[in-house]
Amino acid sequence: MSSSYLLRRVGYGLLLMLGVVVLNFLLIRLAPGDPAVVIAGEMGGATEEMLESIREEYGLNKPVLVQLWIYVAGVAQGNLGESFFFNQPVAKLIADRIGPTILLVVTAQLMSIALGVFLGVLAARKPNGVMSAFVSVFATIGYAVPVFWTGIMLIILFASSFPIFPVEGMQSVKLRDAAWYVQTADVLHHLILPAFTLAIIYLAQYARLSRASMLEVLGSDYIRTARAKGAPEKSVLFKHALRNAALPILTVAGLQFGNLISGALLVETVFNWPGMGRLAFDSILRRDYPTIMGVLFFASAMVVVANILTDISYRWADPRLRGKS
Amino acid sequence: MKLMTRLMGAAAIAAGTLASAPVFAEGGTLVIASTQVARHLNGAVQSGTATAVPSTQIFASPLRYDENWEPQPYLAKSWEVSDDGLTVTLNLVDNATFHDGKPVTSEDVAFSIMTTKENHPFKSMFAPVEAVETPDAHTAIIKLSQPHPALLLALSPALAPVIPKHIYGDGQDVKSHPANSAPVGSGPFMLEEFKAGEVTVLKKNPNFFIDGRPKLDEIIIRIIKDPSALLIAMENGEADLYPFMAGSQEIKRLEKADHLAITADGYAGIGPINWLAFNTTSDKLKDVRVRQAIAYAVDRDFITKALHRGVSQQQRGPIIESSPFFMVPDETYDTDLDKANALMAEAGFADGMELTIDYIPGPKEQQQSVAEYLKSQLKKIGIDLTVRAAPDFPTWAGRVGGHDFELTMDIVFNWGDPVIGVHRTYLCSNIRKGVIWSNTQQYCNEKVDEILAKAAVELDVEKRKALYAEFQQIIAQDVPLYTINSLPYHTAYDKKLTNVPTGIWGTMHPMDMVEWSE
Repeated sequence: MSSSYLLRRVGYGLLLMLGVVVLNFLLIRLAPGDPAVVIAGEMGGATEEMLESIREEYGLNKPVLVQLWIYVAGVAQGNLGESFFFNQPVAKLIADRIGPTILLVVTAQLMSIALGVFLGVLAARKPNGVMSAFVSVFATIGYAVPVFWTGIMLIILFASSFPIFPVEGMQSVKLRDAAWYVQTADVLHHLILPAFTLAIIYLAQYARLSRASMLEVLGSDYIRTARAKGAPEKSVLFKHALRNAALPILTVAGLQFGNLISGALLVETVFNWPGMGRLAFDSILRRDYPTIMGVLFFASAMVVVANILTDISYRWADPRLRGKS
Repeated sequence: MKLMTRLMGAAAIAAGTLASAPVFAEGGTLVIASTQVARHLNGAVQSGTATAVPSTQIFASPLRYDENWEPQPYLAKSWEVSDDGLTVTLNLVDNATFHDGKPVTSEDVAFSIMTTKENHPFKSMFAPVEAVETPDAHTAIIKLSQPHPALLLALSPALAPVIPKHIYGDGQDVKSHPANSAPVGSGPFMLEEFKAGEVTVLKKNPNFFIDGRPKLDEIIIRIIKDPSALLIAMENGEADLYPFMAGSQEIKRLEKADHLAITADGYAGIGPINWLAFNTTSDKLKDVRVRQAIAYAVDRDFITKALHRGVSQQQRGPIIESSPFFMVPDETYDTDLDKANALMAEAGFADGMELTIDYIPGPKEQQQSVAEYLKSQLKKIGIDLTVRAAPDFPTWAGRVGGHDFELTMDIVFNWGDPVIGVHRTYLCSNIRKGVIWSNTQQYCNEKVDEILAKAAVELDVEKRKALYAEFQQIIAQDVPLYTINSLPYHTAYDKKLTNVPTGIWGTMHPMDMVEWSE
């Protein structure tokens, strides 16, 4: 893989992020409602002088394009601004939350790919079998059910009726001073329901996709040849077939990363998961422009990085693409 | 024999007393669950319950209040009000220190009062304060331009935290001071961690100036935005105390949990009122007869008993009914549709009219449900009411603050003394476009202004009560807004917790006495 290709991909990614920043900045300002009034409302009311001083302090009395220029210049220097609501640097608010979001999204991504592909491969072995029918039904349900509904149902089932898992949050506050391994186990315990909720829709997609992809590959000549040569079925399935069948899965995995992050917004809200999604949701309601912009900037950066990594892994998986620009 | 019987009786009583007395557990952690997010933790420049609960644990204040509206010593061990009401002297304790070890002095008290006066949204709290003199380190003398009956209440923990001058006096804007998110106070608990919008962890202050307190080792305030998840957390014991619970379903559900106690005490000071406000300058609503007709059409009894399932109380005037200044006005608008229709006809609207109602997005049962009920109820007097939802608070606040509304449901707090939380809604001088929770009804009555001006400086409680009685009679006649009910705030807590604050400020009060029983 040439370094010029990589540089070009990174360059496109940066341009895309600049576009995201500008577009989001303008779109957010189209929403009705004045952040100064929200801050005043949170304070319990205010005089006109206080409202003016709030607008002055946050630069809201400047023309929108001037505000945009100040913001873009700040971002270029690594400064995401200060939250209107919390009076704290946006970078700090995001830094506090990016870990939980990455943990949730990556776990959900891995869970959905691993389980989805496994189910898809099993289904592809017997296209008219029970497993295949199960995968099809499961995929349909997975597509159809809203993620927040799944979350609420899982909470009712596994946190209320049968309290096996915690209902919300990422950690039991009463275990804050426990040993690291106890805390790690506690986080994993909290992670299972939200990660599964987020994974379920994509799990279904991967299962269906890998089933279709495997069916196509399993019908090809080289698989027939491998079987004729007496290769064990496990080796045929997972070594010969899956590697080729994985290409579309990798593409979809990269594309789905953005959807996963937007899905995380809902899941984090339902499970009170302390991540960026919840911060974004609350910031939109509060018209906390710098925080919304900061979260969107980071989310777009994560999607761009995920897409670049997908491209790289695509080339790794398919030698025919190496050397092509 | 008589002596023996008495001794045995005394022994039996003593044994009984010992057996029933709770055994207290040392220290422990209290987990408070809340849906309310604090911007920061400095109550000197920020009102609201979300900030006040942690702020009153971190910062001490000159006075604290009991459940009978009586001031109690706190940082001020005693206080005197001069006969003319223009001087209030605070005699401070001499053993109070901030969490960083620096002593709390009269300079800090003076700095805090003047900072709060300049920066807190409730301007009326300290408006008459001209200066705070500090003749020695433990005496603060508050000089007033006029008598100020609300002053002592304004020195409560929720409204007047004593902030350290050596930190906040560095010239930075106090409203956005970095220390607001990492405050140093002299209260019973010290800040360990503040993760904005997620969790606040407070540790016991080992050098608290009241011996033997606080009892708890730690207080953790967890933000759980989803009320359903919060309820399950309370049921499962993941959280121990849930204040400001206002939904009837929530209250009824937690009442079923054996390990939880529920109380409606602790909200008299905050005085939360749910009301229907009128834009009195609207062509359709400027005639008082239309507003009176609407008031006659609404059934408070139905709202509190059916919509709120009996957990809320009727509110028949602008001052919360639990306040010593409340009186039942002569006109309380008991439902009378005939009278309402007659008034509509008199006002020239016999053929009816179209109106629009807004409501704060938030507590659905208090706002949206009532607005929808009003739609069907007002149809009976010929009003075709359109319920206009707002997607979020900024949208609603923009409409109401900008006077772009006809009717709106609203929730407004009294904040203890009428001077602090009531006057703002009715004074002609407080009609301020763009400012939410000002006089957005644009109601102006010179007589009301005159009465409120007198009540604001009257130190004699009985004379003040008479003034407020007159005010409430006028408001009942003019109906710039129609009060419906007091918000049914309740606190749910683990039955093993003792001394949960149920005074006038509830959990916006130092929890230095709260402890776990075994």
